[in-house]
Amino acid sequence: MSAQAQAAPQAAHPQDELLRTDRIPHIWCSGCGIGIAFGSLMAAIAKCDTPRDDISVVSGIGCTGRLAGYIHLDSFHTTHGRAIPFATGLHLTRPQNKVIVASGDGDLLAIGGNHFIHAARRNVDLTVICVNNFNYGMTGGQLAPSTPFGAKTTTTPMGSPDEPFNFCALAAACGATYVARWTALHIRRLTTAISEAMNKKGFSFVEVIAPCPTAFGRRNKIRRSLDLLRFYYERSVVKNHLAPGEATIDFDNKLVVGKFVDIERPTYLDQYDMVNRGELEAWPATGVDASAAGQRKAG
Amino acid sequence: MKFWREPLDVGDIKVTKGKVTVVEERCKGCEFCISYCSRGVLAMSQTFNRKGYHFPEVVAPKLCVNCHFCEVICPEFAIFSQEEDQ
Amino acid sequence: MAGKAVLTGTHFMNGDEACCEGALAAGCRFFAGYPITPATEVAERMSRRLPQVGGVFVQMEDEIASMAAILGGSWGGAKSMTSTSGPGYSLMLENIGLGLCTETPCVVCNVQRAGPSTGLPTLVGQGDMMQARWGSHGVYEVIAVAPASPQEMFDFTIKAFNLSEEFRLPVTILADEVVGHMNERVVVPPADQIVVKDRLKPTVPKESYLPYQPGPYGVAPMANAGDGYYMHVTGLTHDERGYPGMDAATQVEMTTRLRDKIQNNLERILDYDTVMLDDAEVAVVAYGISARSARGAVLAARERGLKVGLIKLNVVWPFPEQFFRELAPKVKAMIMPEINLGQMVLELERVVGGRCPVELVAHPGGAIITPDRIIKAVQAALEEKP
Repeated sequence: MSAQAQAAPQAAHPQDELLRTDRIPHIWCSGCGIGIAFGSLMAAIAKCDTPRDDISVVSGIGCTGRLAGYIHLDSFHTTHGRAIPFATGLHLTRPQNKVIVASGDGDLLAIGGNHFIHAARRNVDLTVICVNNFNYGMTGGQLAPSTPFGAKTTTTPMGSPDEPFNFCALAAACGATYVARWTALHIRRLTTAISEAMNKKGFSFVEVIAPCPTAFGRRNKIRRSLDLLRFYYERSVVKNHLAPGEATIDFDNKLVVGKFVDIERPTYLDQYDMVNRGELEAWPATGVDASAAGQRKAG
Repeated sequence: MKFWREPLDVGDIKVTKGKVTVVEERCKGCEFCISYCSRGVLAMSQTFNRKGYHFPEVVAPKLCVNCHFCEVICPEFAIFSQEEDQ
Repeated sequence: MAGKAVLTGTHFMNGDEACCEGALAAGCRFFAGYPITPATEVAERMSRRLPQVGGVFVQMEDEIASMAAILGGSWGGAKSMTSTSGPGYSLMLENIGLGLCTETPCVVCNVQRAGPSTGLPTLVGQGDMMQARWGSHGVYEVIAVAPASPQEMFDFTIKAFNLSEEFRLPVTILADEVVGHMNERVVVPPADQIVVKDRLKPTVPKESYLPYQPGPYGVAPMANAGDGYYMHVTGLTHDERGYPGMDAATQVEMTTRLRDKIQNNLERILDYDTVMLDDAEVAVVAYGISARSARGAVLAARERGLKVGLIKLNVVWPFPEQFFRELAPKVKAMIMPEINLGQMVLELERVVGGRCPVELVAHPGGAIITPDRIIKAVQAALEEKP
């Protein structure tokens, strides 16, 4: 610490109240976008009406997985890919818990892909924030389910032969109630999206396009984080309420950002309680005509 | 502030003034804050912090309008601005 | 649709159903699972019973998710369990490791079937004994119980919950297909006669709470999510604050804590029954369904005048090392029947250390070991010249 700082203790950073300041600086590289997404998340939490005791943050494994370790709330750093089922248990046993899952694209949508689609289908009341940096940063930059076709990683040295997922389209197709995508430079809109997602009942999903200069940028000739941040931003086009299937991430054409889904749907617990109160009519609601007249000829 | 045509109510608009604080030891020198400060308040330091990074210094404090953009774009929670009385 | 959590009375039910009732009596209010023969009946009964007592049942997409969900459920403050069989247990083991590392109380019921792989889904096996001890990677201690009847499925499930809450770890119920599917009399005592233990809660001020600082008997008091302690829980090697420490010193400190909380409390954990052991020249050591064959064999052998006794392991992990070390010089031989090709017998041999012969009566799975095979082994051991 410089002599000047020692002489006059400066004011605390406004986000220090939500940070485990004894663990800062964090492990993320210089220019990593996870810190920006984390700041946005903390800003959304600061504005949120839910009591702090009732907010939990769950992460999986990877660079973004470390996020849970820096937030001064009940925070859980789980196994690779399993943040969503862990969060499901945490929420179902304590429904007043606002459970936020923050993890990377590889964690949530490769190894954890099955849990992602089923939690969205059940509409478990979770807020899922996916920091998408197009590769596995923690292990040194390998192919991820988001790596663009042709991009270089350490396991696709000649360029990726894989077609990447469109996470927003996937989330929407599985029944998510809120789906948005922003780049790390759309900070204020990102913070608004996280706030909206947290206030949304059901499975809400926010994808953050974030620079990974160390592992991804370096191998794709965009070494400076500033350039990578700007590159994503400049290729982006805002198209709110576009059909999620058309909200593509296409670096040669358009990287679509915006809010794509914002709907109402009963949550898992809503339906669980309704069913167990015995309020459900027999399935199928229209009844079954088992008589010969009701039989349709096959073929 | 410069305008191509002075707005009629320019006298009524209150421009906030900010004071930027840098938590030097947290900085990892990504330059996001310097690049995206629309007022040119910040510049890279010549010296290093303990981790070996250059960090931003406030070179034009009077220009800060307390927009907080340096604060929200910083991935390290190393810079923030506070409103100052004018 | 309110219902009683404790169905006091005498019932005729199978082991899987008794396991479910034991769990509810112990206070289980969250179950996440995935269907698998021969453990499905636990989940089926849970899905009907939990809503009656204000609990939540969820059928997850696989066993990995089920295990992760009950860990989350436990931190949410609910006693949580899942049930499965071999293939599912294999999938759960990574998250069982997370539960061990983060010291998360919960119960996993493994109704064993014959393996490897898909094996014999509908037929008995005891092949997951070593997997329950060593199956998750790394360095840790476990607790596992082995019921031998539907009544014990009820009793030992309560025991498993109590041990998990007392020592903060996932406890495995190593049942088997025969015990799970056998219908027998199950007596459920009145609720006030059932001993139910709950996790220790922190009593210190929130600012000074260290989530992994060993408490009264070496186990740290546990705050639940929402209690306001803002704890950090991680599967990384962590210190008493719960913070990751990426060095050998923290690893030594943490694993010592995990070992000591079990090894320093063996007298509270170990549990075995002995039958006619006082004058026995041969000791039969058995667990689970094989203990019932062994009991039949010992009683029949005694009628023929053979001096044989039985040790029935109720808690299989940790293994009662001291007991067997002391017993070894007093008997001519020990005999262990198990429905695998020799797993717990390895532990017995290690502990006995050559002080008496140890014989295995093995079956690879698909059928139980009949008492006459055990009697023959007893006879052979008694006839052997020292």
